[in-house]
Amino acid sequence: MPSILAVDDSASMRQMVAFTLKGAGYDVVEAVDGEDALSKAKAGKFDLVVTDVNMPRKDGISLIKELRQLSGYQFIPMLMLTTESGTDKKMQGKAAGATGWIVKPFNPDQLLKTINKVLG
Amino acid sequence: MTIDMAQFHQVFFEESFEGLDAMESGLLNLDMGDFDAEAINTIFRATHSIKGGSGTFGFTEVAEFTHVMEALLDEMRDGRRQVTQGAVEILLGSVDCLREMLTAIQSSQEIDSARVAEHKQALDRELDSGGVAGSVLANEPAFQRPGDASAVADTVVQGWRIAFSPHVHLLKTGNDPVRMFRELAELGELTVKVDFQGVPDFQQLDPEECHLSWDLQITGDISREQIDDVFDWVEEDCDLAVQQLTAQPGVEEKSEDTGQDRSEPAVQKLQAAEVASPPNNEEPASRRREQKPAAKKAPAKPAGSSSIRVDTEKIDNLINMVGELVITQSMLSLVGEQFSINRMDQLKSGLAQLERHTRELQESVMNIRMLPINFVFTRFPRLVHDLSAKMGKKIILEMTGEQTEVDKTVIELISDPLVHLVRNSLDHGIEMPEQRLAAGKPETGRITLNAYHRGGNIVIEVCDDGRGLDKEKLLAKAIEKGLVEDNIPMTDQQVFELIFMPGFSTAEQLSDISGRGVGMDVVRKNIQTLGGNIEIQSEQGRGSVFAIHLPLTLAILDGQSIAVGDETYIVPLVSIIESINVSEDMVNRVAGKGETFRLREEYLPIIRMHEIFGVENVRAKKLCEGLVVVVEGQGVRCGLFIDDLLSQQQVVIKSLEANFRRVEGVSGATILGDGSVALILDIPGLVRLSNQQAAKAQQSYAETA
Repeated sequence: MPSILAVDDSASMRQMVAFTLKGAGYDVVEAVDGEDALSKAKAGKFDLVVTDVNMPRKDGISLIKELRQLSGYQFIPMLMLTTESGTDKKMQGKAAGATGWIVKPFNPDQLLKTINKVLG
Repeated sequence: MTIDMAQFHQVFFEESFEGLDAMESGLLNLDMGDFDAEAINTIFRATHSIKGGSGTFGFTEVAEFTHVMEALLDEMRDGRRQVTQGAVEILLGSVDCLREMLTAIQSSQEIDSARVAEHKQALDRELDSGGVAGSVLANEPAFQRPGDASAVADTVVQGWRIAFSPHVHLLKTGNDPVRMFRELAELGELTVKVDFQGVPDFQQLDPEECHLSWDLQITGDISREQIDDVFDWVEEDCDLAVQQLTAQPGVEEKSEDTGQDRSEPAVQKLQAAEVASPPNNEEPASRRREQKPAAKKAPAKPAGSSSIRVDTEKIDNLINMVGELVITQSMLSLVGEQFSINRMDQLKSGLAQLERHTRELQESVMNIRMLPINFVFTRFPRLVHDLSAKMGKKIILEMTGEQTEVDKTVIELISDPLVHLVRNSLDHGIEMPEQRLAAGKPETGRITLNAYHRGGNIVIEVCDDGRGLDKEKLLAKAIEKGLVEDNIPMTDQQVFELIFMPGFSTAEQLSDISGRGVGMDVVRKNIQTLGGNIEIQSEQGRGSVFAIHLPLTLAILDGQSIAVGDETYIVPLVSIIESINVSEDMVNRVAGKGETFRLREEYLPIIRMHEIFGVENVRAKKLCEGLVVVVEGQGVRCGLFIDDLLSQQQVVIKSLEANFRRVEGVSGATILGDGSVALILDIPGLVRLSNQQAAKAQQSYAETA
């Protein structure tokens, strides 16, 4: 099963994302901020990254930018969890190399649908 | 898949309350006029997280409320709005309101919507005034409920023709044209024509780049929205032209590169207008805030929350410890299986290891319950901010040792006494600015909270550089109230102690900040309940220090076991001063008032343990046969007459009250190594008990005389 790196500084959101994806059979590794995610990404290999945008210790956009520089992460899908109000964030994310976004608030079904779609 | 979202609620509440604390302290630390992007961003981030979570977990009211806060903060963060004192006050009020909303939701109570509306209006008004007009964020709807379908009416069409030319970097965004085609194919019948024209010569071909473009035709009852959804993520990374295939010729949609001019659902716009419309008939928010007494706090977090956050390092440590224990256990069972007397050494060393590991394990487990005192301290900046503004005083609050760890129970119970002490310093300690200047002191007063460890205790100090305690005044008041007799020499310490006496208050006028009803006597009682005590140092005109000494934990105690007849009791080691043999000639007997003995220059009452607890079979009946342990509790000293001292050990305190009932003179019980139960003595209670018995004895003596 594909493995997913789930990054969010909010424990409840992170747990919800991880729980949902694990329930669908994905391997999920959780990271609490950008720095944590970067070191976990370097240590492991993931098929998809789903990250919150606004986080302490490296935000989601910088994370995506740095991940794209890592070998093994040039082409994998990277999704941002963002709110509707973040139109400019979406664009900044795209410029950094994000594949797409999931708009908050989302429910587990919507999340899963998007992830399944991307991982085909 | 259905997932019970309720399982994440507890975590959401915890992190939200933490976020609120962060917002509050961030707001209090904002320097007016000085633009600190990182500070504002921290506040913004906390708001944003609560908004995201509340939307996801279905707390719409919270999401809508935080949305407005976020809008305001967003403008501040971008520098579109000045950080003003007024705005900070409104945001602080909103933090309180948000905390109340979350507390209400958490305890399944109704949200006070009138109060929420009031705060929201204050925020809206602030948003409308100042700042650069037309915040993008403010005019957006808070959220659509997850799963809500967009309200756009779809036109029935026959199909779509899509010209899709990705930019060369498309693959590097992790997007895959094949995936998008698969998605389109799910919508209707798809024909794909690929255009190879852009592909360079083989020598110049970079396999990581995308040079193909496609002509797609899809038929079926598909809305434009559905098509846009598929290409939503790549709008910026491709040239896209979408044409409607209809029966009527000539109806064509304009091709477009971006989807920005897509029409907003009309319903959403209406909602937004409602949110943003300023109510005119309301008085200013700041005035309304003041009408509420500042002394009335926002409902605190439910006391004694049942979960704690533990550093993973502590857990790892614990697991490691358990691992060691298991090894020792298996080693010991091996020794036990094939035991012979020449393996005695092995057994002994195994037991020694077991003891060490058990002790370490105990320490690690206790450690898990330890939290930094910061959990209590964080509420004070706000308290000081609000109260000093209310009283017109200028006060700086300093805190040190916030990371000092203390048991969770202590944290929960020490909060109220500390609040009382800080209020007291604010109200009675620090003088008005003009008084301070007149006294040659800096205009701004200083309150310091210190926490540190000292010998198995935690010490928390509340210091102020205010006027200090006025000994003359205290004494005069005490004499007037008949609490002490005139002309009795008293040490400074004894005079300061007067403020802990029930019904004592020196403030000429009772203010609503402190000195109302509950007094310092309650503070001291609460601290004593925790097994601690409070000391005062004060110098008139220079300030005061209130130092609270507390045990680090309430679950374990260093005890001295003592024997009285067949019974074993535990005396808390901290209360023991010394043990001595008392000979008859040291003893004075006062008819009906018990007996005392002279220890150096002091006469101490003797409490015969076997008489107090009615123990039979005592070995020592005469004083010279046993031992007297001199103990001290709450400033009272006495001698406990016992048979013998046994060992010193750490005991785990079991509540007697919870399992049986309260017993005077006993603070709890514990289970000894041999499985028997020993009572833990409560020294002040024991003194009280002894006095009662003495009083009874005196009465019966008087009757017989």
